[in-house]
Amino acid sequence: MAANTASARTVTASSQRGYAKTQEALSGYGFILPAFAILFLFMIVPLIVAGYFSLTDWNGVRPLNVANAYEFIGLENYQRLLVDGRRVDDFYNALKNTVYYVIGVVPTQTALALVLAVIVNQKWLKGRGFFRTAFYFPSITSSIVVSMIFLFLFSNTGPVNGALRAIFPSYESISWLSDNNGLIHNFLGAFGVTRASVPGLVGTEVFNISLWEWISGPSVAMFTIMMLAIWTTIGTMMVVYLAALQNIPSQVYEAAAVDGATQWQVFRSITMPLLRPTTFFVVTLGLIGTFQVFDQIFILNTDATKQTVISVAYLVYDLAFGALSDPQMGRATAAAITLFVIIFVATLLQRRFIGGDRAVDE
Amino acid sequence: MATAKVIPTVPTEAPVGSNSRAFIRRMLPFVGYAVLIFVAFLEITPFALTIANSFKCDPAITAFPGAFVPVPPFGVDCDVRDENGTVLGRLPASAQVDGATFNPTSSGYNQIFSDGDQLPRWAFNTLIYALGITVLRILFDSMAGYSLARLKFPGNRFLFFIILGILMIPGVVLLIPRFIMLQQVGLINTFGGYFLVLGADAFGILLMKQFFESIPGEIEEAAQVDGANRLITFFRIVLPMATPALVALAIFSFQGQWNNFMDALIIVGGDQSMFNLSLGLNQLKGSGQDIQYDLVLAGSVITTLPMAVIFFIFQRYFVEGVSYSGLKG
Repeated sequence: MAANTASARTVTASSQRGYAKTQEALSGYGFILPAFAILFLFMIVPLIVAGYFSLTDWNGVRPLNVANAYEFIGLENYQRLLVDGRRVDDFYNALKNTVYYVIGVVPTQTALALVLAVIVNQKWLKGRGFFRTAFYFPSITSSIVVSMIFLFLFSNTGPVNGALRAIFPSYESISWLSDNNGLIHNFLGAFGVTRASVPGLVGTEVFNISLWEWISGPSVAMFTIMMLAIWTTIGTMMVVYLAALQNIPSQVYEAAAVDGATQWQVFRSITMPLLRPTTFFVVTLGLIGTFQVFDQIFILNTDATKQTVISVAYLVYDLAFGALSDPQMGRATAAAITLFVIIFVATLLQRRFIGGDRAVDE
Repeated sequence: MATAKVIPTVPTEAPVGSNSRAFIRRMLPFVGYAVLIFVAFLEITPFALTIANSFKCDPAITAFPGAFVPVPPFGVDCDVRDENGTVLGRLPASAQVDGATFNPTSSGYNQIFSDGDQLPRWAFNTLIYALGITVLRILFDSMAGYSLARLKFPGNRFLFFIILGILMIPGVVLLIPRFIMLQQVGLINTFGGYFLVLGADAFGILLMKQFFESIPGEIEEAAQVDGANRLITFFRIVLPMATPALVALAIFSFQGQWNNFMDALIIVGGDQSMFNLSLGLNQLKGSGQDIQYDLVLAGSVITTLPMAVIFFIFQRYFVEGVSYSGLKG
């Protein structure tokens, strides 16, 4: 009898548990369904669609439901993009500009943000809230507004030129946003090194662009856009660093002080290693954001500066929607997929170098 | 010989070293303040100049962009007229600006507000886009985050990794396919299309998942034992506990959509009456070389003002939200 009841009880209990499990699983699917459906339809499917159209010659104009709207052309788009000749609107040119932009912006904004955060975190500082607000405020404005502000600030008759002229009477106005000359080109030019004196560099081509053009560096116009990016982002990055700094227990510093460590030693061997996951996060965000730079380029590029300013993301848009007479959806998606691969590889590489995961495990 | 050389140098150098170190330590605050004040100046001045110049007539904006102190008389007319009211020309810059001071005008604002009612329409659209997406994401992201964090079902881990992977997809890859898809189903240039495409995001789901994992689950379990429906438990008990994370999510969503340009360009960029403020601002700028700075600057101020007000009211949550997501990221 007793044994019977016990086994009956376990049967009901286990079937109840089974029922509860099924219930939980069903709720699990139900709760995630709306969000996942959206992500699947508008993140994953588009990625596949992009990959698909990058293998076709569809121009974006021919209706898709018509027969022969497009043909499969294999890797021809990639071939034309990555192997064949070069025009102003070509991929390597956009890639060169984007790489300059990333290299110029990411380390600068990360370093500046760290320096500002360390100062704002000092015990002796008064007005911490004010500084934090002042630094963070630009991050809440739209990239379009910020581009408009810079368009005005750096225009030929704008306040920046005005201020420089007031400080340096001999200053000749720079047309910041329409100057195609490379920064390093200008620097070398000051020492008499010009295109004519280095024929070897002009003649040699890397990725279809002459070595001299690579060495010339970002143009003045691109440099202005880089300043814009740094100006906008350091506040956000600083707040992230500041939060991480405030999370470091004060005992760590007290112990270091007892050991007689100098402030620099403390920063080098305690603060920096402890901030490694944060640095990883800030650099990852920076890389992903800068490689995709679009809005600022959209507003600030002109026909004159297109060559030295357009980014890969803008090239994608321009190939697909910009040239109304000759849209090239196939090539545009091929460029987009290539950018995806580049960002992916860049993120993996920096994971190796900064090692976010390892730092977290420690 | 060697030791004899070393010994006298030690006592003479040590005090000098500690003196200079003390000196450096005393100087640090001055250097620190100097750096912070300089950077704060660089971050604030552009906004101050933008606001000041948005109240000038266009000749004065290009001639004297540095004048920033408004003085009466206010409401200057930017057109010079004869006795009959016929416009003779634009007010010369020197008539509006004197040194660092200028007589403000609302000319730029009047123009953008009178130009076929477009700006109010754009502002309205922006508000609807931002509010709609915020509500949808609060709902969908928190439900999905809760499911990933608390509910056991086959494929839970797998879906989590998929959503993590989605974070890596750059938006520009999605532009063209999204355009094609929306066009095929007739949702291009509609509110519905905008809400459908952006109604949930991987970042928000992961934010909510992290949060739900950080709070204890006993209360919901108790409710569950009482036999309450899971959906009711979620909305009555779980969501109210998640307020801090929801505030961060709401701020990110609202700000992101208020300022969105690239997605809006693709989804609603084909119909002027569906523009948001960012697209509208681009329209005000025009494509030519002659930029009407009075319109552009006034439009920039109008676009930024609502976000600035929200920022100053909810400042704490902005900063907390960023550090919260940063630490977890």
